[in-house]
Amino acid sequence: MSLTNEEVKKIAHLARLRVNEDDLPTYAGNLSGILALVEQMNNVDTQGIVPMAHPQDASQRLRDDVVSENDQRERFQAIAPQTEAGLYLVPKVIE
Amino acid sequence: MHNKTIAEISAGLKAGKFSSEELTQDLLARIDRIDGKLNSFVTVTAEQAQAAARAADERIKANKATPLTGVPIAHKDIFCTEGVKTSCGSKMLDNFIAPYNATVVERMHAAGAVMLGKTNMDEFAMGSSNETSFYGAVKNPWDLERVPGGSSGGSAAAIAARLVPGATGTDTGGSIRQPAALCGVTGLKPTYGRVSRYGMIAFASSLDQGGPFARTAEDCALLLNAMSGFDGRDSTSIDKPVPDYTATLKDSIAGLKIGLPKEYFSEGLDAGMAQAVEQAIDVYKSMGCEIKEISLPNTHLSVPAYYVVAPAECSSNLSRFDGVRYGYRCENPSDLTDLYERSRGEGFGSEVKRRIMIGTYALSAGYYDAYYLKAQQIRRLISDDFTQAFADVDVIMGPTSPTTAFKLGEKTDDPVSMYLSDIYTIAANLAGLPGMSIPAGFSNGLPVGLQLIGNYFDEGGLLAAAHQYQQQTDWHTHTPQGFA
Amino acid sequence: MEWESVIGLEIHAQLATSSKIFSGASTAYGAVPNTQACAVDLGMPGVLPVLNQKAVLMAAKFGIAVEAEIARRSVFARKNYFYPDLPKGYQISQFELPVVGKGKLDVMLEDGSTKTIGITRAHLEEDAGKSLHEDFHGMTGIDLNRAGTPLLEIVSEPDIRSAKEAVAYMKKIHSMVRYLEICDGNMQEGSFRCDANVSVRPKGQKEFGTRAEIKNLNSFRFVERAINHEIERQIDLIEGGDKVVQETRLYDSDKGETRSMRSKEEANDYRYFPDPDLLPLEITEEMLESVRATMPELPDGKRQRFVSEYDLNEYDATVLTASRELADFYEATLRFSDADPKLVANWVMGEFSAALNNDAIEIADSPVNPEMLGGMLTRITDNTISGKIAKEVFEAMWAGEGAADDIIEKKGLKQITDSGAIEAMIDEIIANNPQQLEQFRAGKEKLFGFFVGQAMKASGGKANPAQVNDILKRKLKG
Repeated sequence: MSLTNEEVKKIAHLARLRVNEDDLPTYAGNLSGILALVEQMNNVDTQGIVPMAHPQDASQRLRDDVVSENDQRERFQAIAPQTEAGLYLVPKVIE
Repeated sequence: MHNKTIAEISAGLKAGKFSSEELTQDLLARIDRIDGKLNSFVTVTAEQAQAAARAADERIKANKATPLTGVPIAHKDIFCTEGVKTSCGSKMLDNFIAPYNATVVERMHAAGAVMLGKTNMDEFAMGSSNETSFYGAVKNPWDLERVPGGSSGGSAAAIAARLVPGATGTDTGGSIRQPAALCGVTGLKPTYGRVSRYGMIAFASSLDQGGPFARTAEDCALLLNAMSGFDGRDSTSIDKPVPDYTATLKDSIAGLKIGLPKEYFSEGLDAGMAQAVEQAIDVYKSMGCEIKEISLPNTHLSVPAYYVVAPAECSSNLSRFDGVRYGYRCENPSDLTDLYERSRGEGFGSEVKRRIMIGTYALSAGYYDAYYLKAQQIRRLISDDFTQAFADVDVIMGPTSPTTAFKLGEKTDDPVSMYLSDIYTIAANLAGLPGMSIPAGFSNGLPVGLQLIGNYFDEGGLLAAAHQYQQQTDWHTHTPQGFA
Repeated sequence: MEWESVIGLEIHAQLATSSKIFSGASTAYGAVPNTQACAVDLGMPGVLPVLNQKAVLMAAKFGIAVEAEIARRSVFARKNYFYPDLPKGYQISQFELPVVGKGKLDVMLEDGSTKTIGITRAHLEEDAGKSLHEDFHGMTGIDLNRAGTPLLEIVSEPDIRSAKEAVAYMKKIHSMVRYLEICDGNMQEGSFRCDANVSVRPKGQKEFGTRAEIKNLNSFRFVERAINHEIERQIDLIEGGDKVVQETRLYDSDKGETRSMRSKEEANDYRYFPDPDLLPLEITEEMLESVRATMPELPDGKRQRFVSEYDLNEYDATVLTASRELADFYEATLRFSDADPKLVANWVMGEFSAALNNDAIEIADSPVNPEMLGGMLTRITDNTISGKIAKEVFEAMWAGEGAADDIIEKKGLKQITDSGAIEAMIDEIIANNPQQLEQFRAGKEKLFGFFVGQAMKASGGKANPAQVNDILKRKLKG
């Protein structure tokens, strides 16, 4: 699969990454090259093979319903880019 | 003093031959003097290290020491360290002072190890040469014009240059083993789930595993003892007792069945590498091991499958870096989308962006089955290859990487050729198996790594095989010129 | 043309756990912003989710209650999208393999008929935080206290055909989750809310029309109004020659209409994939056994039992079992009284429920408890007071004046049952009203009521009405 500049732009937006127009051809080339590598998988028939999402063939461990965390807002917000009245601030959200 | 192994330091501290404070100061001075050439540290925590060393000396005096008490170590900058910058090699986290410790950091700290600083790495562990770091490339101590490997290149280079006797790393597709090989040190990637991933900044969650670097297998055993074990904060960490990995180092390996996958000795493998690996195998033969040729027929598919699975997971894992709660935020965002796109566009380097885009594409509507699901199926095939192989052999051996350290800049413009340098290491991550790389000679003056892959939770077996090889050879004691 | 609407609901029930679904932070409502958002809830680097067992058991409990298949193995997936109230850039939810599979629920409609609504699935997921739009220099504030609160999303089949049916179904689920004690059902606090998928089609057509999804409806009234408005809007569109667009809409309760959500207009590509931080969730037979052991009697079973055990009619039994609290109150009152179950039912559904409504309070906060009400009803049964006086006693109990017996005593409300005294009183009334007596005897039987009224008035309402009747009948005949 060879990606066009337009497709790269679309993917970049889906991933919320600003890519300069000038860099689009390079990304398109690189990404197409990687996809070509990846597509070697298509030479293998995998019909009926159970997909493996995880190296462990185990089930999930569960925790008890206990409140174990206390308020650390001050510590956490000390490293935040912008806060006010204990809230994280972002440009206006339009619903 | 800087030439001592962890085992030697531990014994020396216990016997009172030197103090942790002296040793720590010595190494800090050495880092200060030498690391300018290597760039292996992102942050040196001199003050904390000295305080920790003094506390360790007290603890030793009080007879409450563990084997790691007072031993200087370094953490890859992917592990969160409370109150200390944790950058993950990225501009995105250049201002991130972690408010908590990773479990690995916590455990090493509890054992009394003295952290000298945080080591340089490929940005978000994405790279095989350490050239994608926001803080610049790390240089290989064996040849300053060459790469140290990646992504844990800082840890490997620092150990090779005798700046620190042990360090942590993480391995998602070879990021411990490959730099260990390229820098001529010993590194171990444990079984997936053996070491907690809590506080270790995620690249690809189903592949990432933390592990130790040191000069010897024995030292790796000491570090692994402290690092591993169940952690209630990581659902994928395994609740299985941790054996004393140092206790089994001398277990006889006579009769050990070693499998050599023919796919690991095919075209693309550098001739000098092949020769060194064959000589290492001969050493094992001489120790009474049984050598068998085996086949891992789907090896050639490991890189393609990996470059779907790892980017897919990373595209989602790295979504949290959005400029809202921590990390880099662009100047004067015009609206919410602008905040996201510019913070991420400016905060991430191009390799990270490439991988996020590949992963986003592979998971997107209409492509999921062809890429992601297909890769998961291939992953099963690769894992099954190993299951079959381990029915016949105890350990699999081969080269860690197809070539020795390559030149800085040599592969930066060609991501695919860079990706292929992990061709022998990636499969173990896809399967979740433990693997090691140990120094096994030189090719054109550059270190060659021998890779050992073990069955699930057989870190003890791998360490014993590595340790006994290191009793027969002295490759692991070689020091790069100028760093003795 | 006659139109038929097709509706499916996605109900979000916040599970009543103490801690969050994947972290140890508290879920208590109303905390100071971001004080209940721990490193995991904030999506800090390197932190990992660990699933709350109680949330799993609660989901299983719901599954058993709606006769659904509980998946022995289910999978958590990541739903990826960027939004400031979603700290990780993905929501941990379930996609392909939910914990609760196909189930069903019988809903009683207004005309008394029963309709079975299919439940497609129910899955566990984490809630997002909140965006606060008050003006912070033109910026939005984000509070992540709610991020990571466990939700059970209950998805219905498109079996619902009107707004009223939708409300009946939602009320039944609301009652169910409260019976099961897995959700507090508090709609003001957002613990129970729903999204409605609405489409219309010409009656008789098999294919579904294009649907719109109305988000975040947090009251039964809004559900009804929003759906009705949406149905009208869609019919108007189609009849006007336009097309319904598949989109997400928001109900504006002030204007009583739905509007398109601009922020969600962009086609979403959620890139679901199994969460690699969480292994498959296994529900063992032991876990299911432990859930079955704590299974309460459910509304339908309770209703049937009320009919057979207490001889109530279907209507009374349905009203009384609509909420577990009311049903429990009814049965406790029965235990504290010698009164007939029907009398108790009338009082619980009548005076008691009306008083709760008037004061807008919950049963838990009622000033009259089952013992008090039961005690009072016993006094009706043993003829100490009449039903009419009982209303006065009830009001006094509600006002906090004490138990029924004390009030009866203090206010001298005890019924007069001494037939000699009643007779003397009636003799006097008859003597004082010769004209009325004459007319009565001449055939104006309506005047019987006049004499009853006089007798009750003279006794201050305390004469036993049955005795008054008997004696009057005898005396008036002459």
